[in-house]
Amino acid sequence: MRQNNDVDFLTEKAKEIRKTVLTMIHEAKSGHPGGSLSASDIMAALYFDELNIKPENPKWKDRDKFVLSKGHVCPVLYSCLALRGYFPYKEIYTLRKEGSILQGHPDMKVCPGIEISTGSLGQGLSCAVGMAIAGKRLGLKGRVFSLIGDGESQEGQIWEALETASKYKLSNLTVILDKNGIQNDNTVEFIMPVRNMVKKFESFGLETYEINGHNMKEITDAFDKIRVSKYDGPRAIVANTVKGKGVSFMENVVKWHGMAPNDEQYAQAMKEIEGGLSC
Amino acid sequence: MLKLRLGRATREAYGEALLELAENNPNIYVVDADIGKSCKTVPFSEKYPNQQINVGIAEQNAADVAAGLATCGIIPFVTTYAIFGSMRMLEQIRQEACYPYLNVKVACSHGGLTPANDGASHQAIEDLGIYRTIPNMTVIAPGDFDSTKALVKAAAEYYGPVYLRFTRDAIPSFYDENSKFEIGKANMIQDGKDITIITTGDVLSQGVEACNELEKEGISVRLLDMHTIKPLDEEAVKKAIKDTKGIITVEDHNKYNGLGSAVAEVVAENDGECHFKRIAIQDHFGESAPYESLLAKNGITAENIVKTAKRML
Repeated sequence: MRQNNDVDFLTEKAKEIRKTVLTMIHEAKSGHPGGSLSASDIMAALYFDELNIKPENPKWKDRDKFVLSKGHVCPVLYSCLALRGYFPYKEIYTLRKEGSILQGHPDMKVCPGIEISTGSLGQGLSCAVGMAIAGKRLGLKGRVFSLIGDGESQEGQIWEALETASKYKLSNLTVILDKNGIQNDNTVEFIMPVRNMVKKFESFGLETYEINGHNMKEITDAFDKIRVSKYDGPRAIVANTVKGKGVSFMENVVKWHGMAPNDEQYAQAMKEIEGGLSC
Repeated sequence: MLKLRLGRATREAYGEALLELAENNPNIYVVDADIGKSCKTVPFSEKYPNQQINVGIAEQNAADVAAGLATCGIIPFVTTYAIFGSMRMLEQIRQEACYPYLNVKVACSHGGLTPANDGASHQAIEDLGIYRTIPNMTVIAPGDFDSTKALVKAAAEYYGPVYLRFTRDAIPSFYDENSKFEIGKANMIQDGKDITIITTGDVLSQGVEACNELEKEGISVRLLDMHTIKPLDEEAVKKAIKDTKGIITVEDHNKYNGLGSAVAEVVAENDGECHFKRIAIQDHFGESAPYESLLAKNGITAENIVKTAKRML
């Protein structure tokens, strides 16, 4: 199942992902860097280690499925798909441009490797629950992973989805919370505190692991535990992360939720990531 | 003379159709939101428990769970009341069923004024118009028991998102089990040259009665059952404009955006001359009252269709 458990390798991949994220958003002149960068380490671990996928056969029946519920951070997903060879790397320069397979929010009809179109918060997780139910009922071998945000967890539908996941004992489902603490207008704490997400997940019946979402060892350890767990229900990872992680002037700055870097900022950001500020 | 018989609620036809579909198709699933009893999915759920999911009173989740199932080749029928199916889960259906063109069916009882005693909170009088606006959606309102069974089966065979509207209350039967239906194709019940009456959904019987009455008075009526209001059978409307002197639409739906509006769009863009009138709910909410009384308050009666037709000629 595992392709590479080497922390250094995955850390290097996370750097490539971050650089690709910044390059595509800079080229597009719009997009969401903050949440893409906070999720980059988790996504590196998923796409270069944990997910059992075949980029050359994206619809392979028994593949693991990944659903990006916080669809606006699709640059990080597109980066992973490009780096895994789902489509030519040069496509990243078409983000948000007319006719592109890389729409402003993921479109399953045009982009290989996208399991479901997302972009309206709170919905992807329910779709992932549907996929996990189908997986159990149809005897599919693949598991389902879904990345949600802490701002997104203000949506009531997240909790509807988790109730269903629990009721149907979806042991093939892992929910990953990218808890970066910032949403569009301000901090999550200021806009609408989501309180203790570990306790909330646990009370909804999820086996929950809390980690530093930028520590590759902790990330892969959590996936290791989840894979062998005998728990008869859904699992959750609460990943404490930093919005804009890896770029000093973006870290924990609200405005970088949805803004593209200019040429100077882009050059500076690429230099910082190359230099290893990220992990 | 066209004959009507005592009929049943079309939600019951839906329940029967599901059972018949599942006999040959293990991919038919139902996603319930706690009103399976009212929506007649219980026999299906008891017979095929592995093909049913009940998410509880959480319609938004129901819609997206269905979308997730559909990505795996399942044909989910999300089942609820029309008011919730067209409004509470609307954006979910738009985003995860219509936009990605997934094979999700939204099957709704309690359409129009038919949950008569329940009052305005449960009477969906805007649903057809709402779903007609969304790209990729097919919108079907069958007119009686047998046509409901046939159209539910047609919807299962068709790939893509479909909204189906059923009645809570019993309505007269017109068709029989051998009647044929095609999605997007109006059913010509009777041909005529003076006037065309077009109905959708549960008011088919009012159209039939009006047709009989007008024929008695020597007025030749073409009666169309427009069970699919999207895609609208535009050819049938254009033919009616050409062949008859006027068109009257009849629907258990608000006057905006439903059948009347859809037909009016064709009439307005057509060069031929044609009188046109809509008979529909007069842009106000319903209340708890007998179904017939609620329809009558809005002029949705055979008598009013007859009167409107005579005035037109």
